Amino acid sequence: MKNIVQKTLAVMAAAGTLAAMPVHAAENGKFRVGVVTFLSGAAAGPFGVPSINGAKVLVDALNQGKVPAPYNVKGINGLEIETVVIDENGGATKQVEEFRNLAERHKVDAVVGYISSGDCLAISPVAEELGVPTVFFDCGTSRLFEENKTPRYVFRTGLDAAIDNIAAARYLVDSGRKVEAIAGIQQNYAWGQDSWGDFTAAIKQLKPGVKVTTEQFPKIFQGQYGAEISALALSNPDVIHSSFWGGDMEALVLQGNARGLFDKRSAILTCGESALDRFKGQASNGLIVGGRGPFGAFAPKNTLSDWFHAAYMAKNEIEPTYPAYKMVQAILGLKAAAEKAAAGKAGTVPGKDALVGAFSNLTFESVSGSVNMSRAKGHQALQGIAYGEYHYDAKTKKASLKNIKAYAGECVTPPDGTTAGEWIKAGFPGAKCGG
Amino acid sequence: MIHIDRSMVGLAAATLILAAAGGFVPDWLAFILTLALAKALVVQGVVLQMRAGLVSFGQGLFFCVGGYAVGMGGHFFGINDAPVLLLAGALAAVALAAVLGLLMTRYRDIFFAMLSLALSMILFGVLVKSSELGSTDGFNVHPATFFGLSFKTEAYKTALYLLTVLLAGGGALVLHLVHHSGLGRMWEAIRENEIRVEYLGLSPRWLLYANYLLAAAFAALGGGLTALATGHIDPEMSFWTTSGEFVFIALLGGTSHVAAPMVAAVLFAFVRTYAIEFTPHTWQMILGFVLLGIIVFLPKGLWSLVRSEKRAKA
Repeated sequence: MKNIVQKTLAVMAAAGTLAAMPVHAAENGKFRVGVVTFLSGAAAGPFGVPSINGAKVLVDALNQGKVPAPYNVKGINGLEIETVVIDENGGATKQVEEFRNLAERHKVDAVVGYISSGDCLAISPVAEELGVPTVFFDCGTSRLFEENKTPRYVFRTGLDAAIDNIAAARYLVDSGRKVEAIAGIQQNYAWGQDSWGDFTAAIKQLKPGVKVTTEQFPKIFQGQYGAEISALALSNPDVIHSSFWGGDMEALVLQGNARGLFDKRSAILTCGESALDRFKGQASNGLIVGGRGPFGAFAPKNTLSDWFHAAYMAKNEIEPTYPAYKMVQAILGLKAAAEKAAAGKAGTVPGKDALVGAFSNLTFESVSGSVNMSRAKGHQALQGIAYGEYHYDAKTKKASLKNIKAYAGECVTPPDGTTAGEWIKAGFPGAKCGG
Repeated sequence: MIHIDRSMVGLAAATLILAAAGGFVPDWLAFILTLALAKALVVQGVVLQMRAGLVSFGQGLFFCVGGYAVGMGGHFFGINDAPVLLLAGALAAVALAAVLGLLMTRYRDIFFAMLSLALSMILFGVLVKSSELGSTDGFNVHPATFFGLSFKTEAYKTALYLLTVLLAGGGALVLHLVHHSGLGRMWEAIRENEIRVEYLGLSPRWLLYANYLLAAAFAALGGGLTALATGHIDPEMSFWTTSGEFVFIALLGGTSHVAAPMVAAVLFAFVRTYAIEFTPHTWQMILGFVLLGIIVFLPKGLWSLVRSEKRAKA
């Protein structure tokens, strides 16, 4: 026993020494990036893992200089990219602690990450305080730039979740479906509540007199939706809207499909694209799915997206879904901004202020086409979004999208200075939808 | 006249050393220590209950009340002074505990544990449904002043660190006195044999009621400090995994000395942050192994290392 105690003490002493050891500053001639995404927990499977796989594929290729133009410069501005990967699981308090570690212990040059809206809201003021260029790649809360009104170091290359739901409403109306009675099923937390609020407000604007037959708010990760499916089916709506994601969404689709919930009516899943290859024909054809922007199966065909798709498939077994594309977009944006800020001085890390200056209002090429950082004082990407119908071919065992309709960013994004809620209520003033 | 023993001198010295270290350690370390010591305050409450034979899996309830009191005080009532906010949080928690305690003190063992868990999950459920409070996303906490003095970012963190160190050290001193007072001895007696305590003419229920209130106040202080340090609060504070973490740290340290929760909370913070850094995919496993190791080799917690050495000398 005594021996064991001594050993334990020795291990603890070693751990203490390790803790006291200063980590080298990023003065090793590399560009150090903190990458934060879910590596454990329920959001890891559908979002975290595809995004980290996407980051690995891109960073490896960038370091070897194998990415097509305009990203053929090695790493970032000629410097090798070094990543510090952090798990986003564990709540906002822990994320703030880890963000401070990234900034002050690891001395990262920038941070890319965050899927949870709560984490983004908590990180945003800390990033501004510490002056670390931070790119949010996925979180969708509208409150991000409503609370951080004068962003300097915080950027978001992904889209606001309100856009998903405004576009969803437009798609339903524009495709000439019967939209007289709608029903919703949402996870009972901020994401589900906000999504349903935005969607119902938008559809009431586009189709006055629409009735809500039922709204179901089961708790997140419930998994079994027998009672909710009965309630939805009994209320007999024309359209079912759901912002479910991950395992919950797949469970709803499987259980609802088995009970004929999606027959004879439209159903729209704002995050449906992330499970495109996982439904394996167990979803009904004609189900409307979204990818939170022009990502994943909705990505346009261009040199970058073709390259990324091939590079991703060479290293991973399943198709890249939208979180992988969104992560890649965030890193490409950072690279474009850093290289613009360095102004031709290859092999140097640009100053943080120069970097964020170059990033705001930047237009850069991405796997989703051109990205315009033109909202929220140049800190929020403006991009289009598309919806389409899921179709499964039993012969080829491949899922594909049909009847895709894309909306321009100007059509579905509120102008600066207006919150999404106000904009929808006012009847989308200034929306440019090009017919 | 209070008898000053070695533990008290040690605690006072440790508090002063920690406070002085605030000027030298890097900011990230000071931040980790702030969070760890705030957490240690909550764990003190858990240990307080453990010494009376009760295990709470719902201390997150009062932790969350303390945190939300700080956040809402700044947002809705225009109170921006840290000590006032912390005091308000502690009072709110004690008021809530005064009501809940009437029910809780009727239960022991697993029933107490499960009921405490249920109560904290009720608060979690209510907060998740409150979209005015940001639902699961929570909201940001306004920067506070300290006794009317406002500080810029760097000095703000230092001021908060000092406040946390003083509260953690002061709280530990108070609890040390309480543990060695008649009341503290009675709690231990209840743990050992409740019926005998009744035969002594004392009411275990009201003794435990006092214990419950004191633990709630400590949890709220910890929650308030965490909210001020993080700058953001969300309902996760009252989720059962948060409460589980407090029990984890209490077991890590052991219940025999008031310094144990502080040592354990700091060690836990370091193990976790380095586990996340070195093994981002399996950090939970490392934490699990640490707890397993402690339970197997040091069933009375880390503090038994100190104790056994003393015994060996004697």
